[in-house]
Amino acid sequence: MAELLKVNNASMIFGGLRAVSNLTMQIDEGELIGLIGPNGAGKTTAFNMLTGVYEPSEGEITFNGQRINGKKPYQVTQMGIARTFQNIRLFSELSVLDNVKIAFNSQVRYGLVEAIGRFGRYFKEEETIEEKALALLKIFHLEKLRDETAKNLPYGEQRRLEIARALATSPKLLLLDEPAAGMNPQETKELMEMIRWIKKEFNLSILLIEHDMGLVMNVCQRIYVLEYGICIANGTPDEIKHNKRVIKAYLGEEVS
Amino acid sequence: MKSLRQSLHKQDLLGLGLMVILFAVFYFLFDEEILDDYWETNVILILINIIMAVSLNLINGLTGQFSIGHAGFMAVGAYTSAIITVKLGMDFPIALIVATVSAAFLGFLIGMPTLRLNGDYLAIATLGLGEIIRIAILNIDYVGGASGFMGIPRLTTFPIAFWIMVFVVYFIKNFKNSADGRACLAIRENEIAAETMGINTTKYKVMAFTIGAGFAGTAGALFSHYYYIAHPASFTFMRSFDVLTMVVLGGLGSISGSISGAVLLTAISAALADYPEWRMVIYSIVLIVLMLNRPQGIFGNKELSLKMFQSIKLGGGSRGGTAQSE
Repeated sequence: MAELLKVNNASMIFGGLRAVSNLTMQIDEGELIGLIGPNGAGKTTAFNMLTGVYEPSEGEITFNGQRINGKKPYQVTQMGIARTFQNIRLFSELSVLDNVKIAFNSQVRYGLVEAIGRFGRYFKEEETIEEKALALLKIFHLEKLRDETAKNLPYGEQRRLEIARALATSPKLLLLDEPAAGMNPQETKELMEMIRWIKKEFNLSILLIEHDMGLVMNVCQRIYVLEYGICIANGTPDEIKHNKRVIKAYLGEEVS
Repeated sequence: MKSLRQSLHKQDLLGLGLMVILFAVFYFLFDEEILDDYWETNVILILINIIMAVSLNLINGLTGQFSIGHAGFMAVGAYTSAIITVKLGMDFPIALIVATVSAAFLGFLIGMPTLRLNGDYLAIATLGLGEIIRIAILNIDYVGGASGFMGIPRLTTFPIAFWIMVFVVYFIKNFKNSADGRACLAIRENEIAAETMGINTTKYKVMAFTIGAGFAGTAGALFSHYYYIAHPASFTFMRSFDVLTMVVLGGLGSISGSISGAVLLTAISAALADYPEWRMVIYSIVLIVLMLNRPQGIFGNKELSLKMFQSIKLGGGSRGGTAQSE
């Protein structure tokens, strides 16, 4: 399989703190990768490096052969990496439909003059966007809530909307930051199904940060484990489960 | 889905029809001198204030960038247009266009560095910039310096002001309903999320700032060509605050709100013209009552639409109550 994302010895240094240290990681097309680690291990920092929010202090990140270092977040998104946030960041005062429409923005092909004068490609493009947005909402069972203000949605639906919105940017790699946070076991199970299904349906690779081990072990093909910014292990769920360093990181050392 | 095009055209035609009727009524009243000059002055001031409020709303309400230097751009428009008509002897339409373009250009230049700032810092920077523009003008003798630019012909008539106002409102309404407008709304709602959705936030902030500044320039040109004079004292930060008050009163982000805010506050000001000492008192009372009862402004971030009237008919209660029809 073709290599999609390559992280080569990337570090993120804040003053004296190495939040992420010499991270090396690779994601191939169509893979579903987990990124786990105790709180404060640097998982979200790693996400922020991948999406251009932070520029790595050292090392290089390439996506589809293009360097991500130094790119702005919106450029990274346009390259094909979409993400969701640990603490949901919707456009809370806007409607559900508009939330998704905004994500289609970089695909809009009409100019300012056409928008003001309402001629040319304006109507056709707007209609296409609306259709596409509605199709996405339908997939996530949100089409009935299209005119609802985003902040009024229940928690689980806000999470779903965030994923729908991320998918609207037509990414090749989707980064999910703790999608199961705050969900009950039933919802987590549904989410698990959904993640698998999205990957297949949209033909993407997914990188997942998650604390719910059941979810991670179940859906991920490979897992990277971070501790204090250092990648201490990577491998298949089975390998990770039996890795001594990982067990130590999570549970501490055995009393002899 | 042909319905989008049809319903939008229907709305636009309906709006245009209403505007023609409104225009005809006032034109008739002024022409027959049923309403005297005092009325005409105030109506034109209302129209200018609508342009100011709606253009500031584009920056403050739609894009969420708290700018309070709008009077500065108005001053630029007022003076450049005066230079064009008085010093260069060109026509008023050219003056209007040059005023708009030069204010927009200045907005673009200023927007690039200042829009990196957020919230209070941006407010302070724009406040300072407004004052810098005013004081710069104060010291340019070519345009009259402290005594003002005098001898400007009265070229702003009711029809010109009215149709320019309609154009500006139409422009900003369509902007709001376009992909660019949605990008601006996204920035207001959550800048980080907007950036992650592939939106070049700097570009759109500067775009909104440029357009807003440009229309403030248009308003300035209308202003100076109505009052025969452009004086630095007309463009102090008090004017910026006046416009900001209109926008906040009407509801940040609502174009209908900015229009009603401009009409309401200009009318209050005019009514209290004989008691200038009471003006600020009434102003503040209006604002305190508003902030206590309806902090989101008269319209919130909703627009006046047919739907709203329908919900009123269905017993939605007061006008203010249904504006927030959630």
